[in-house]
Amino acid sequence: MSEIQSVKIAVRGLTKIFGDAPEDALDLLHKGETKQTIFERTGQTVGVADANFDVYEGEILVVMGLSGSGKSSLIRCLNRLNEPTSGEILIDGQDIVGLKHRDLLQVRRRKFGMVFQHFALFPHRTIQQNVEYGLEIQGVAPEERAEKALTALSQVGLESSVDSYPDQLSGGMQQRVGLARALAVEPDVLLMDEAFSALDPLIRRDMQQELIALQSRMRKTIVFITHDLDEALFLGNRIILMKDARIEQVGTAEDILSNPATTYVERFVAEVDKTKLLTAGAVMRKTRTVAFVNDGPRTVLRKMEDEDLNLLFVVESDFTLRGVVRDDAALKAVQRGERGIQEIIETSIEPVGIDTPVRELFAPLSESSMPAPVVDDAGRLKGMVVRASLLQGLADQSSATTTEEAA
Amino acid sequence: MIDIPRLPLADWIDEGLDALTDQFAPATKLVSDLVETGIESAVDGLMWLPPWLTILLVSALAWRLAGRRTALLSLFGFALLWNLGLWEPTLQTLVLVLIATLVAVAIGAPLGILAAISGGVYRVLFPILDFMQTMPAFVYLIPAIPFFGLGPVAAVFSTVIFAMPPAIRLTTLGIRQVPADLVEAADAFGSTKWQKLVKVQLPLAIPTIMAGINQTIMLALSMVVIAAMIGAQGLGGEVWRAIQRNEAGMGFEAGLAVVVLAMVLDRITQGIIRNRRSPAN
Repeated sequence: MSEIQSVKIAVRGLTKIFGDAPEDALDLLHKGETKQTIFERTGQTVGVADANFDVYEGEILVVMGLSGSGKSSLIRCLNRLNEPTSGEILIDGQDIVGLKHRDLLQVRRRKFGMVFQHFALFPHRTIQQNVEYGLEIQGVAPEERAEKALTALSQVGLESSVDSYPDQLSGGMQQRVGLARALAVEPDVLLMDEAFSALDPLIRRDMQQELIALQSRMRKTIVFITHDLDEALFLGNRIILMKDARIEQVGTAEDILSNPATTYVERFVAEVDKTKLLTAGAVMRKTRTVAFVNDGPRTVLRKMEDEDLNLLFVVESDFTLRGVVRDDAALKAVQRGERGIQEIIETSIEPVGIDTPVRELFAPLSESSMPAPVVDDAGRLKGMVVRASLLQGLADQSSATTTEEAA
Repeated sequence: MIDIPRLPLADWIDEGLDALTDQFAPATKLVSDLVETGIESAVDGLMWLPPWLTILLVSALAWRLAGRRTALLSLFGFALLWNLGLWEPTLQTLVLVLIATLVAVAIGAPLGILAAISGGVYRVLFPILDFMQTMPAFVYLIPAIPFFGLGPVAAVFSTVIFAMPPAIRLTTLGIRQVPADLVEAADAFGSTKWQKLVKVQLPLAIPTIMAGINQTIMLALSMVVIAAMIGAQGLGGEVWRAIQRNEAGMGFEAGLAVVVLAMVLDRITQGIIRNRRSPAN
């Protein structure tokens, strides 16, 4: 994303200390003591230490770290479920740390929707009543909130079981309801606390993909907490890495993988680093449909429609890559009554060799919205790499190596 | 040896009670008259209905709330008591129990809510509850007399004190055991304390609160029997008379009536708790 981004939430010097004597702990923290030393000396637990970062409008910011690293404390400071010990949290320029309780309730109602790890659906309310909860406490009229609830439920693909109770649904469905409940209040910011961690892996992958689709439709600002590197790489426009209550690094997945700021980050991504061995061939997707040079524009258009694509790679009959054809060009060719597609093939694309290390793909892919075609030594099309599949490939690789090491 | 004077605890309490009685005599007299009228008219009203009709109505209610077995228990149990000539004392006891329970819950549930929300109230209230529950039940009968005189009102008063603790305790427990993430969710959406209480905490605490009410009813029943000693009528009165006349058979019959009443009340309230568990109904 290269457009100029406006800051939705600015966090400055945010510190959260759990305990009855936070001043002592603050002093030690300013002297640069670690979480462990402070706990040993004062009995106070440092949840978040001097966090500084921005959340941009419309991005998915992933906060990741192991359990106990302070990520949950951090997200709860943003809507003051945890009362910050010191620091500023500016939402649209307004510091919410000093707000009185009544104003704070308004901020929670208007700005935030929250999704929880274990769903936290109200068991005594139907699905619809759950989704209506936020609107109900704002005093929205019953008809209006029913309408908004149904809209939110359809956004997450759940319209049929509105009169069921949460315990009648599967985990994945319950979390869709959790998401719909958060979306129903039309919040500026979605706070998602390990929202998919309790789901089994297949459903989890679906939900991640749907969240990305949802986000690209609705342009919500999302702060997403996870302990899972796969998930962070897959979802995050940017990633914050936390350790022992401190932020270790803020950056894109690419930044974090290629320029780890500290040795901790380096070790964290060490498994991913083994992906120097990983090649384009390993992370590419098979191209299911291609256009042949002798195809007519109508055929090409129909193939795109069938696969819901807006471009196709063009190959010779032996699959040698010739270029790419786009849907708008094909449409115009049909309108002009052309019989072939030779005129509209774009040949300026640069194919990627099948043995190219994944690392070298970051830069070209982040500049282009188009997938990169992958070819073998003879120049024949073998597949394509898109940004998401690249990161997913890395993530799968990292979890595979983790499992091997554990075994 | 130094002669340590005996602590005049009893005198202090007597003086305190006397002062209270003098202070509140007009008020307690008024309450006493009102409650007594209420109890009498309730019993009269029930006595006006033919017993077979009341028995059928109670059985039908039991069927609806707790199922067929409880309905049969009510039908045969109450028919037996009618046959034994214990119909009126049974109704008197039932009315006393229900009124005492009503008052105990009306006071106990709000106190329980307060104790759940405020740590301060909790720390003050719960030791008092421990005290109330370990104090022998008979002791509550004594101060009831100067306040309300001998009779059913004094009985209701001491019964309320004796039976209230579970209503308070289980209300507090019910609210406190609402899962933390649900409370957090309610907070995250900007609920006020009141909204959180009414929309999330209380509905989820209801099964536990109902269990507290069930216990309150059982304690009230046992106390109402004991309160016969200070002039409460009903089944306790029958037992008390049997003791004085040394008539074991008569005492057993009255005791059996208490058991029947206890079982019916217990099964019906348990049935209500079970039905509440499925929120769809």
